[in-house]
Amino acid sequence: MSFLTIENLNARVGTAPILRDVSLSVEAGEVRGLVGESGAGKSMIGKAVLGTLPTAVEIESGRIVLDGEDLQALKPRDRRRVIGAKAALIPQDPLTALNPSRRVGPQITNRLVDILGWTRADAGHRAAELLDEVSIPDPERVMRAYPHELSGGMRQRILIASAFAAEPKLIIADEPTTALDVTVQKQILRLIRQMQARHGTALLFVTHDLGVVSKVCQSLTVLFGGMVLEDTRVEQFFARPGHPYSAALLAATPKYTDPDASLTPVPDAVIAGVEAEIEAHDRMHGHV
Amino acid sequence: MTLIRRILLRLLTTAITLFGVAVIVFFVIRVVPGNPVAMMLPPGATDDDIARLKALYGLDKTIPEQFLIWLGGVLHGDFGTSITTRQPVLSLVLSRLPATIELSIMALVIAMIIGGALALTGTRKRGTKVEGTIDVTNGVALSVPDFLWGLVLILLFGVLWPIFHISGRISPSIDLPFSTNFYLFESVLRLRFDIWADLVSHMFMPSLALAIPLAAIIAQLLKQSLKETMHLDYVTLARTKGYDENHVITREALPNAVLPTLTLIGVQFTFLIGGTVIIERLFSYEGLGNMAIDAVINRDLPLIQGIVILFALIFTAVNLVVDLTYAALNPRLRNG
Amino acid sequence: MADARGLVKRRAGARLWLSAGWLVLLVLVALFAPLLAPQDPLMQDLFAARLPPFWASGADPNFPLGTDSLGRDVLSRIMYGARVALSVALIAGILTCVIGSVLGLIAGYFRGWPDVVISRLVDIWMAFPPVLFSILLIAVMGTGLGSIIIAVVVIDWTRFARVIRAEAMSQGAMDYVASAQVSGRKRFSIMLTEILPNVMPTIVVLLTLEMGIAVIVEAILSFVNLSISTDDPTWGSMIAEGRLSIHQAWWVLVFPLIALFLTVLSLSQLGEGLKDRFDPVLR
Repeated sequence: MSFLTIENLNARVGTAPILRDVSLSVEAGEVRGLVGESGAGKSMIGKAVLGTLPTAVEIESGRIVLDGEDLQALKPRDRRRVIGAKAALIPQDPLTALNPSRRVGPQITNRLVDILGWTRADAGHRAAELLDEVSIPDPERVMRAYPHELSGGMRQRILIASAFAAEPKLIIADEPTTALDVTVQKQILRLIRQMQARHGTALLFVTHDLGVVSKVCQSLTVLFGGMVLEDTRVEQFFARPGHPYSAALLAATPKYTDPDASLTPVPDAVIAGVEAEIEAHDRMHGHV
Repeated sequence: MTLIRRILLRLLTTAITLFGVAVIVFFVIRVVPGNPVAMMLPPGATDDDIARLKALYGLDKTIPEQFLIWLGGVLHGDFGTSITTRQPVLSLVLSRLPATIELSIMALVIAMIIGGALALTGTRKRGTKVEGTIDVTNGVALSVPDFLWGLVLILLFGVLWPIFHISGRISPSIDLPFSTNFYLFESVLRLRFDIWADLVSHMFMPSLALAIPLAAIIAQLLKQSLKETMHLDYVTLARTKGYDENHVITREALPNAVLPTLTLIGVQFTFLIGGTVIIERLFSYEGLGNMAIDAVINRDLPLIQGIVILFALIFTAVNLVVDLTYAALNPRLRNG
Repeated sequence: MADARGLVKRRAGARLWLSAGWLVLLVLVALFAPLLAPQDPLMQDLFAARLPPFWASGADPNFPLGTDSLGRDVLSRIMYGARVALSVALIAGILTCVIGSVLGLIAGYFRGWPDVVISRLVDIWMAFPPVLFSILLIAVMGTGLGSIIIAVVVIDWTRFARVIRAEAMSQGAMDYVASAQVSGRKRFSIMLTEILPNVMPTIVVLLTLEMGIAVIVEAILSFVNLSISTDDPTWGSMIAEGRLSIHQAWWVLVFPLIALFLTVLSLSQLGEGLKDRFDPVLR
């Protein structure tokens, strides 16, 4: 039984479609990559689930079902509560994702106390435990610190700990390593993978980096122009991509075995092919 | 730079500024035509009488000499004697200061309440007609100075729909049981809410006139920085935790958006205090500004000097307080 | 959202045109006041004192907006008052603008001791309550149009100096200025040919705002009876007179107040509109 199911989701800005009949599902405990170039709509899907879409984006049709609850059918207040209790976000930029005017501790515990009704003491213990789990030395001191006193890597660890605090069943990671430097990136990826495995959380991993997908994910969804091109297992994808665009994207990704090998950008012919597909799809659904 | 060095430097520049104000006002008013001493004497006074009186007020010496004598007195807390009332300038000024402080603070509070409410509402309803209406209202409120708002308020709530007093500080029929001139504060402390209500009913119009432009500035700036803050990741993150829009705006965005507004309020508050001069005149409110205009009209040199210096002192003190508050509120400055 | 923005822009355009329209009307009225005014603005007639405006009962059609407590025609006085208001706005506004901008340019571009002196002066000026300062100056110089203009310049030059100094400083740090300096040209000519054109939009915007402020200062000074001679019709003295007789003859206050309000609002809306027009140039 899938923990998250998205069915035929359509969204647009003004008259321009940005999500076209997107369907995907994340099984309980699964790590699914959501791959595409910038502008492919991959972040929009995460935002649609979490209810943080920009006001200009309008959801036209489709269902988002989280743990059996149809999110679009819920009242805004209930929807927020469901998301708060069952899902969490690991944001992209650790430098802007912690509130600069508040200490770190309350930023980890506030969801537990305010939304889930824990006592402050319990939430504090839980936060310390989690900080320890993400290898932060001296958790008590860090919880009293302000974000600007900590390094980017530390802050991303804190955000990961915070995401796991309420034992959510689904975590959406939105390019969680893009803003970090390369050495820290690897540690953070390993940490996310470890935490995911230990807590058995389903993870929707939004990224543009197929190298990251190969290391973290079990399955993946390839997006272009807000349309799903391929939905497959990771081994399958790297062995035999099922869409010409996927193959081209794979060819355009640096190999870890041979980082200096010359890369072929996605050929124009392939792009033109995908765009024709999108056009055909729009015509069929009445967008012109 | 350490905090102490920063404060010392500020105190030094403040001292230079105050000295500059003293020099300018002293020399400017010494050029005043008209002889204040002659006005004090009955008709038929001899030249001798005039000379004696001039000597009494030190007006027979050269201007630089007069300045040094005056400065020496000021350093000992002696601001001279008012020519019209023949009372010490310092006690005259201090007796009126509380009225002006109360008026200014009330105006500041009103401005912050209105401005804050408009900014929060505008942020909550961003992109809607409500926000557009708030923007247009702000634009008008901002372009028109307190003097005109005062006149508009007089017409609206003094004549058309007379629900507030538009003249004076307190009804003359009230017997004052107070020991200080901070009537508003003292009426609360003594639980005399009847007097408190009368005071507020007098103060509300002038303080609202002073508050309107500042409220618009606060609303505009705070709304802008709130909207910028609302796009930041920690606000999004708070949303995903299950918090509603009101919580997100007031608890996550507001504390960070308020800092730039706060520094601006400091400068604007000094403008507001400067505005009390004409607003007090307009509403016949017995404060420092009203006294200042009378002093100018009566050519009361020592009193003018004292009042201008006091205003300068208040302005610089407000700026200092704002800087220190800013440092205390910003965690980055506090620990860095 | 895009539609809402379009609406705001259209409204801003309408505001700009309305403001310009009011100002043009005012200029025409001021120029042709002797032809347009129904009465002599100074003529007193105690038998015609406190006549109400034309729509009220007991009105006299010869005095469309009523008369004040001395029987002078309110409409004619507003028309002649526009002359004073506009003269002060233009002359004081431009003088303040020129003096303040030059000092700001020098401080911001040359830096060094001129900057120290000018900045210190600005600090001292900021510690004066401006209204009190202007009243003091008028008391010293005596009343009259010249005194008012000088008072406006003296109290308000800092407004230009502060802003233009900051702009000149940021312009001075740009590469195009550095390359002009390398070419060996005189610093003063660089200031005039390179810096000045780039801060010009800001100067123009500040100038329109300053004109509004000058009108207000004049009104405030006439209000405390320190403007031109007491007989000459100015909006401020009409307002002062109207404030006194507010419960007997509200129209003596209302009409000059409306004229003043619209003028100040129009000048500042014009400034805001110009700022929006210049914005792409500035960025």
